[in-house]
Amino acid sequence: MLRRFPVIVYALLIIIPLIVVVLTSMKTIQQTFQNPLGVPEEGLQFENYVTLFEESNMAGYFMNSVIVTLFSVFFTLLFSAMIAFGITMLNNRLGSVIFAIFLLGMMVPAQVSMVPLYSLVLDLGLTNSLLGLILVNISVTLPIAVFILTGFMKTLPKELIEAAVIDGAGNWKVFARVVVPLSLPSMSAAAIFLSVIHWNDLLYPLLFVTDDTYVTLPLALLQFQGQYSTNYPMLFTGVIIASLPMVIAYVFLQRFFVAGITAGAMKG
Amino acid sequence: MRISKTLYLFFIPGFLLYFIFFIYPTASALFYSFTDWDGLSENFRYVGFENYERAFTGDSVFAKVFVNNLQFMFTVVVLQTLVALAFAILLVKNTKTNVFFRALYFFPTILSSVSVAFIWAFIYDPTFGILNSFLESAGLGAYTLGWLGDASIAIYCLAITQVWFHAGQMLIIFVAGLQSIPEDLYEVARIEGASKWQTFKSVTWPLLAPSATIVVAYTTIQSFKAFDLVFAMTGGGPNNATEIIATYIYEVAFRSYEFGYASAISVLFMIIIGIITYLQFKALRSDRVSY
Repeated sequence: MLRRFPVIVYALLIIIPLIVVVLTSMKTIQQTFQNPLGVPEEGLQFENYVTLFEESNMAGYFMNSVIVTLFSVFFTLLFSAMIAFGITMLNNRLGSVIFAIFLLGMMVPAQVSMVPLYSLVLDLGLTNSLLGLILVNISVTLPIAVFILTGFMKTLPKELIEAAVIDGAGNWKVFARVVVPLSLPSMSAAAIFLSVIHWNDLLYPLLFVTDDTYVTLPLALLQFQGQYSTNYPMLFTGVIIASLPMVIAYVFLQRFFVAGITAGAMKG
Repeated sequence: MRISKTLYLFFIPGFLLYFIFFIYPTASALFYSFTDWDGLSENFRYVGFENYERAFTGDSVFAKVFVNNLQFMFTVVVLQTLVALAFAILLVKNTKTNVFFRALYFFPTILSSVSVAFIWAFIYDPTFGILNSFLESAGLGAYTLGWLGDASIAIYCLAITQVWFHAGQMLIIFVAGLQSIPEDLYEVARIEGASKWQTFKSVTWPLLAPSATIVVAYTTIQSFKAFDLVFAMTGGGPNNATEIIATYIYEVAFRSYEFGYASAISVLFMIIIGIITYLQFKALRSDRVSY
């Protein structure tokens, strides 16, 4: 029982703020000022959700986030799997050099290149476009994905690949029919890790997007802060809408999330 | 195995993107750091080491930002590692309730930094925030503070938020490390009559060193990169009290349009991270034992 006490206290430190967020999103600002923690006598209502969708382009931001996340995750996975496959098949010094080049990218924080990256994206005419966000996202998460996938592909049984090569399968066939299907466990872990990063990214929309048409959810939230100031009921309504897809996915795929994000951390 | 030429095609798309959007901008940060470029005009001058001199001697804000970042880093690294390790020890067995608690502790990791920033801004709010309301209702009204508005403690408030955000993830790494320690070693310690503390000191900790290395190194890098959280929560205020290197780079580049100087700080930022990572790996590696 003594062991359980701190465990429960820390659990409450996580749960109470989350419950407050949900409750507050269903209160008015007056009710929040009067009693920040309680449930008002008048009961809870969904007014804020309606208002937020009416007053802002919430559906649009949501779609932008979905598009950017799906394309960024898919192409990061595809390109990094191809590179990891190349490194595994080369299995020589050139392979190690390529691997090291990507490893270097994992150590450099994104903020280091944000200044010249901004002018590059501006010169290429890719500001205010989802394509710009997707291309930058892929480039930034490629190193970590290469790292995770190379580590996994090197453990695949060589005999399987050799058998396919002897049977006359070309590189593409070996990649698509043998290596990718066998790498699905690590690819799905990487996919979850990447989804969380891309869905929640604030820096690149902040740098490259000024047109409301291309705003993604994290940037939209930040703009709500300017618009609604300390109107926490509205801010938390935004927080819940922006977090919902990841929360739902977490509830159902919890084990994979823990494995995926931790794999990313261990190797990052 | 014979390597066919088509294998090289596999590298092209990834390499192209990586080169254009990562290597090239990172390298040009080094180039621009020796110029007075404002980010907009076509013309800029080569200014030698002027930007670096300014960072070291002429910019009191940068000195403050650097100290802030170290305070933030040390607080987060110590607190997060201790919290994660303590709860990993308590929740190491794979029982149903333990798995539930681990999943709950992990939950904040999937939220966006902006969401976490809003939640904690509400907790710390001086007038109707959860923390002050709680203190008042517990009869501790004398201890209510301005939290994020108080320049002397704001950076530590941010550090606590960062720990709440990411400790669950580090806990999982420690659990994996603890579970990989062979049971017979504990058996031997028991037979030898070792106390709990002795067992921890001579069995658990040395064998946990690889996990600890990962946790400390990752937490350090993470605390330097806490751009989103700081940006959304305090914007670096009050009075630069919570400005960290990453937010300062943004500030200098996109608010005062000094791209050359911002590039110089970026290069220094990279060097600082390189040194810290190297020192940590050296320090923690020496603790490692094999069995």
